[in-house]
Amino acid sequence: MVENVIKALQGGFLVSLELFGLTLLGALPLGLVISFGSMSRIKPLAWLTRGFVWIVRGSPLMLQLLVIFYGPGLLFGWNVWGGSDSGRMIAALTAFILNYACYFSEIYRGGIEGIPQGQREAGQVLGMTRPQIFFRVTLLQLVKRILPPISNEVITLVKDTSLARVILVYELMWEGQRFIKSAGIIWPLFFTGVFYLVFTGLLTILFRRLEKRLDYFTV
Amino acid sequence: MALLEVKNLNKTFGKTAVLKNVSFSLPNGRCLAVIGSSGSGKTTLLRCLNFLETPDEGTVYVNGKLLYDAARQKAYSENKVRAMRTHFGLVFQNFNLFRQYTALQNVTLAPLLAAKGDKASKEELEAIREKGRALLKRVGLENKMGNYPHQLSGGQQQRVAIARALALEPAILCFDEPTSALDPELTGEVLKVIRSLRDQETTMIIVTHEIRFARDIADYVIFMDEGVIVEEGPPEQVIDAPSNPRTVRFLERYAET
Repeated sequence: MVENVIKALQGGFLVSLELFGLTLLGALPLGLVISFGSMSRIKPLAWLTRGFVWIVRGSPLMLQLLVIFYGPGLLFGWNVWGGSDSGRMIAALTAFILNYACYFSEIYRGGIEGIPQGQREAGQVLGMTRPQIFFRVTLLQLVKRILPPISNEVITLVKDTSLARVILVYELMWEGQRFIKSAGIIWPLFFTGVFYLVFTGLLTILFRRLEKRLDYFTV
Repeated sequence: MALLEVKNLNKTFGKTAVLKNVSFSLPNGRCLAVIGSSGSGKTTLLRCLNFLETPDEGTVYVNGKLLYDAARQKAYSENKVRAMRTHFGLVFQNFNLFRQYTALQNVTLAPLLAAKGDKASKEELEAIREKGRALLKRVGLENKMGNYPHQLSGGQQQRVAIARALALEPAILCFDEPTSALDPELTGEVLKVIRSLRDQETTMIIVTHEIRFARDIADYVIFMDEGVIVEEGPPEQVIDAPSNPRTVRFLERYAET
């Protein structure tokens, strides 16, 4: 039994890890695009983006998962996700990436707007080009400013992956929970907790190290 | 011939005219002080000269050649504006040192980037670093080259900022209230550096609240009020014997504080 549980949890953990990693890979850059949209000088684009961010941040991720997964089929008869595990995974990833990109976009926006205008102007009067100013002056200050709120979101994401079970993505929690029904035991569920704790613990250490590496200057 | 000639500069923010027909000229090696109360447009004037603001009307000549004509501003590309900026250096009120770089890196960043763009050799890059060290020594910071801005006092930061501006060898060095953000006991070290630049005949424009310093150092003084040059002339005239009632009132108020 123990062997079965461990095998199941390992499988579930890999699914959670995949969801976590791919979400970050998609949401971190997409968030930057969305933040540029919300800061755009083209007013309709800025309003549209901010409205979208409001809807995504203002409604439950679980609702978004259900709408994205079932919506196309039930509303329009489109079978976009297919019936396979990978189809459900892609649906979950779509919801997670959109959701987290919106959160990240607000963090980026705050970070970019928080950098004093004088830093950019100093680069300008020294004859630096726009890309030089962004990559050599602004970027590192931005990273330092946004690291703490980003680490918060990343840790929340670890635990949010468990929501994917509502569209039958067999992630860690789902694998732990199924032993309640099938074998009448609860300890596998506690065991999932250990997975989450270890994972978030490692991330906490990683982020603390990153923050420490940027300790040599103040913003 | 004047090194710098500014003709009929106008700048409006929304409906407020901040600069109204500002004209002046500055010979090579001379020092111009611009005085006036806050909101008189003197900082905007400097920002226009460094093209951080775009003048709505007017022309700027450097060395007798037309550098900027507001009538053609739409034709100026970003690269063109960058090239125009190289004639001017600007030292900010709040220093604006790059936070993540040491004093020396602050001084050498822009020249190194420019040199790398021109595919400079290793020796040329090293020469830029050497020059950076020499500049920091010149402002009395040879022991602080590896310090980050937050490890320096305001006066030290401002001296690094001066070295940084000098590194690009601008024809005209502009100071925007260089001591206004400093504790009183720290202004002296910055003024001393500016004075030494004056002694080496650096062409300078200084926007300042330090009237006494302006009188000491400037060859020519401009008093601005509400975007207009109200009075101008040598310091003995404008500061010691002002003729315009607005100048008189401003200097009286200054004397009270």
